[in-house]
Amino acid sequence: MEWLGLYNYWVVVALMMIGFYIVIAQDNLIKKLVGLNIFQTSVFVFFISLAYLEGGTAPIALEGVTQYSNPLPHVLILTAIVVGVALTAMGLALVVRVQEAYGTIEEDEIHQQDDLH
Amino acid sequence: MTFLVVVGIAIVRVRNLLAVTMLTGIYSLLVAMLFVLLDAVDVALTEAAVGAGLLVILMLATISLTTRKEKVHATRQSLMALVVVTITGAALVYATLDMPRFGDPEAPAHVHLSPRFTQESPTEIGIPNMVTSVLASYRGMDTLGEAVVIFAAAVGVLLVLGTGTVRRRRDPEGEKSGEASEQS
Repeated sequence: MEWLGLYNYWVVVALMMIGFYIVIAQDNLIKKLVGLNIFQTSVFVFFISLAYLEGGTAPIALEGVTQYSNPLPHVLILTAIVVGVALTAMGLALVVRVQEAYGTIEEDEIHQQDDLH
Repeated sequence: MTFLVVVGIAIVRVRNLLAVTMLTGIYSLLVAMLFVLLDAVDVALTEAAVGAGLLVILMLATISLTTRKEKVHATRQSLMALVVVTITGAALVYATLDMPRFGDPEAPAHVHLSPRFTQESPTEIGIPNMVTSVLASYRGMDTLGEAVVIFAAAVGVLLVLGTGTVRRRRDPEGEKSGEASEQS
């Protein structure tokens, strides 16, 4: 049952590849941002999995508890979540502008319009 | 965790962007639940509030300003993309074989900084929640940087969308863009 210890990482890889696939294969810009978001979340899950400690508890000091999961990755991911949503907001704002300028948010149609000019 | 992958695949397949938004919310809640199981309660709170709440609102605002349907197009580059993704995924899975096992107390992550934070921060900083003390004290500069990034993003969104009054418009839907910048 040795391989079960790697299951978390494999799910992370699967999620990361789903996000990667959406970003490179889909033409819709909103869908691309969703893919970026999935990619990002997979990295979060990876960090939190690293921080987990068998037999530990959440990192809040309690009497009689000596094993805690590592608080440092939690802090980093807390920051990363907020930064990630700020970036997504920025990206969605750009999508709105693209819609106003081109009348579409499909990447292939945008390229077609660019080639015409 | 397997359910996460199922929702992810559903997001790839579904063409209706409104449904994609809902699936994103479900996905974020699932991730938050997973974080609770992995003893990361603070992160779970943030993910549930930001991912399932704020992000869905932002995406709904964008969809109302743009379009709800994704166009179906010829899948010319999909096969190529699938090959690239499969190769990258295989390389990453191969790399995980060297990783420490899940929850292993001997993993490098638990040997160096973690004991310092878990054993001394409650007495040094004086609050029991170690995540808060690391966030606000030991890594306070990171948090300042985070605030700068949020400020920059807010300024950027406002600059990109404008206030909705000065800009020339090509279609009447542009009138709503003021709302989106407020919600950001």
